[in-house]
Amino acid sequence: MIRLADLTKRYGKFTAVDAITLHVPRGELFGLLGPNGAGKTTTMRMIAGILRPTSGSITVAGIDLLARPLAAKAKLGFIPDRPFVYDKLTGGEFLRFAAALYGQQGTAVERRIDELLELFELTPWKSELTENYSHGMRQKLIICGAFVHRPELIVVDEPMVGLDPKSARLLKDLFRQFVDRGGTVLMSTHTLEVAEVMCDRIAIVYRGKVAAQGTLAELREQTASGSSSLEDMFLKLTGGLREHQLDSVFEG
Amino acid sequence: MGPTGATQPGLWTLLIPKRRGGLARLRQQRSGSWPKVLLLGLVGGAFWTGIFGIAYRVLSYIEKVADIGDLLAAKMLDVILLAFLTILLLSNIITALSTFFLAKDLDLLVAAPVGGVRIYLAKLSETVVHSSWMVALLALPILSAYGIVYDGGPLFPLVAAGAFLPFLVLPAVIGVIITMLLVNVFPARRTRELLGLIGLGGLGVVLILLRVIQPERLARPEGFQNFLDYLVVLRTPTSPLLPNEWATSMIMNWLLRVADPRPILALWGSAAVALGVGAVVHGSLFLSGYSKAQEGGERKVRRPLRGPLAMALQRLPPAEREFMLKDLRLFFRDNTQWSQLILLGVLLLIYIFNIKSLPIHSGERIPFTLVTMISFLNLGLSGFVLAAVAARFVFPGLSLEGRQMWLLRSSPLDARAMLWSKYWMGTAPLLVLALAITILTNGLLRVTPFMMAVSIGTITLYTLAVCALALAFGVYFPQFGTENAAQIPTSFGGVIYMMASLSLLAVVIMIEAIPVSAHLRAAHRGIPPGGAGQLTLALGGVALLLLVATLLPLRMSATRVERMDISSGRVETE
Repeated sequence: MIRLADLTKRYGKFTAVDAITLHVPRGELFGLLGPNGAGKTTTMRMIAGILRPTSGSITVAGIDLLARPLAAKAKLGFIPDRPFVYDKLTGGEFLRFAAALYGQQGTAVERRIDELLELFELTPWKSELTENYSHGMRQKLIICGAFVHRPELIVVDEPMVGLDPKSARLLKDLFRQFVDRGGTVLMSTHTLEVAEVMCDRIAIVYRGKVAAQGTLAELREQTASGSSSLEDMFLKLTGGLREHQLDSVFEG
Repeated sequence: MGPTGATQPGLWTLLIPKRRGGLARLRQQRSGSWPKVLLLGLVGGAFWTGIFGIAYRVLSYIEKVADIGDLLAAKMLDVILLAFLTILLLSNIITALSTFFLAKDLDLLVAAPVGGVRIYLAKLSETVVHSSWMVALLALPILSAYGIVYDGGPLFPLVAAGAFLPFLVLPAVIGVIITMLLVNVFPARRTRELLGLIGLGGLGVVLILLRVIQPERLARPEGFQNFLDYLVVLRTPTSPLLPNEWATSMIMNWLLRVADPRPILALWGSAAVALGVGAVVHGSLFLSGYSKAQEGGERKVRRPLRGPLAMALQRLPPAEREFMLKDLRLFFRDNTQWSQLILLGVLLLIYIFNIKSLPIHSGERIPFTLVTMISFLNLGLSGFVLAAVAARFVFPGLSLEGRQMWLLRSSPLDARAMLWSKYWMGTAPLLVLALAITILTNGLLRVTPFMMAVSIGTITLYTLAVCALALAFGVYFPQFGTENAAQIPTSFGGVIYMMASLSLLAVVIMIEAIPVSAHLRAAHRGIPPGGAGQLTLALGGVALLLLVATLLPLRMSATRVERMDISSGRVETE
């Protein structure tokens, strides 16, 4: 469903993403794990067509994103890490607009909007301006927006930030059902528990490169970690905190 | 766990984010491509030279007028500074709303152990810089012309700066005080009523000032009973209690070698007192206002925008239709945007009022050349109004998408379709406005049908071009992180756009003026108009120039948007 080949993004002399090559097949929930600043968000935004890669290629559902961006974008729904929505639109208007961007309109869309708002308990807020929504409500609204046009692929950056436990659980179930029905999810996170529970396969990104990728078992093999947790493997690959660093924080 | 009563950060420290941010933006501009830097240099240089040239010519002429030359020069400076003062006051109120109540750094500053006076001074400095830099840049060539024509000497820049600094601070302090009072009555986020009041207040102030000054009288000395009456009007201060009068006196006293410390004392003394009063008002009203500013705005939508307009847009594909509807909703629901229509109304009223006040058809004999000149002046002023309106409503188009660009860029909406929607959303109402102004004012001026046709043709094509330029400059200089939509047109890009569109207007008028007035003169004298080839060439040249100025920016901006990298509100291009 997604193929990245030597995907690179440079900002001047700084290389944010360094020749990443990945393949996410249809019907898989794939996780990108990495510490802050590892290049996860940059990678996600390149796949969503928001950032242009410096080099390399991105294929979505067999379509070259750089050559045919509109056709490729029609296949995916993007959920960014920060829920910026138009303050002066109501939740219902925002979703109608999001659907229209994908060429969809009419009663089917209206029904879909109502279903999604109901699912995320936003129905009472449908006619409220989004400037009155809390952070978590905005997050839920953009998740609805990503699903409103029935995409084949969801690209989601840090999905759980700002969600209450009930909504977080709902989202996990939603992603799982979506994948079970043939959809694909590419998710970036630094919440290890989320990745461990939800993802079929994981890639650990560090300093712009893929440090390791595979199922949990494959990762253990690659990192020679025996039966250790994902957290241990993650810290082994990305470097953990040293005790003297903690000491220095509290010493006069 | 720091010690209580620790040393507070100084004003300079509080301004670090703004200073560093400003420097970083400057560096980014400088590291831009050479053609861009060259374009900025050329447009800016041409505009400044133009202003300086006009001011220098007018002053050189006035200076030679016996007896009243110096008085006229002082009066002119006084009226210019009064206009600046009005602009500054309105601009400071709008800016203070953002800097004091809506800025993102306020949580950090207010939560930190920083004293109120320091926050006040830091935010006031920010307000002064944001709202006054454009006026200061515009004043520079005008004051330079005064200094050169009146031989101000090497110390004149210091004197001018000494007069201008308190002149900028005073309206800022008053603007901040007005904003403090208004925000305590109306929450900052529920600014519909607030900005409505500001707009109406502005309208009132401008109309009253116009009637008090009656600037058209000064251009018609024959309207006075005798020369003494005229002299009395020239000598009487226009507004003795306003800082423009003090600043004018301070500058003119230096230039005319008059030793009088009173204007200096009045300017600096009132600025110091105002600062103190402002600090007291801030101390007692800021926190309550800031708390109110964080309270929610309107909750429910009063009227969903899906009526006849939605029906009219039904024929468009869903993406384009919903995109236009979205822009309309955002415009009419954002008080910082729709309220600018009030300012536009003020501008138009003043303009039409002034055209009506011109003594062309009052029975006095006016040379034909003057009537033709006024027709072209009208064309120029209409063009200026349209360029300013496009700066307000078309230039911010892309910037207003702001942090929501992720949605548009990740969807299959074509960047060209998005730009075309934005272009026509701004251009269609502006074309109606352009034609209405041109037909109405030319009707008031009773121009010939030929001049009417030339004006209508030129203004139609010019409107298409300025809208394209506004959109393109907005794409090249976007303000994605802005907290107040009303501030976008006064950003650096907005000013460069204004300079570019006014330069284009000047070129158009220069090309048309000679052949068109020759044609009009011939028609007036009843002789067959010669030089038809020259006329056709000029009008064809103007049409071609304006079409290129329409299509090229649109093409360039579509390419630019396609290449734009949007990363969390930041924009980069490769």
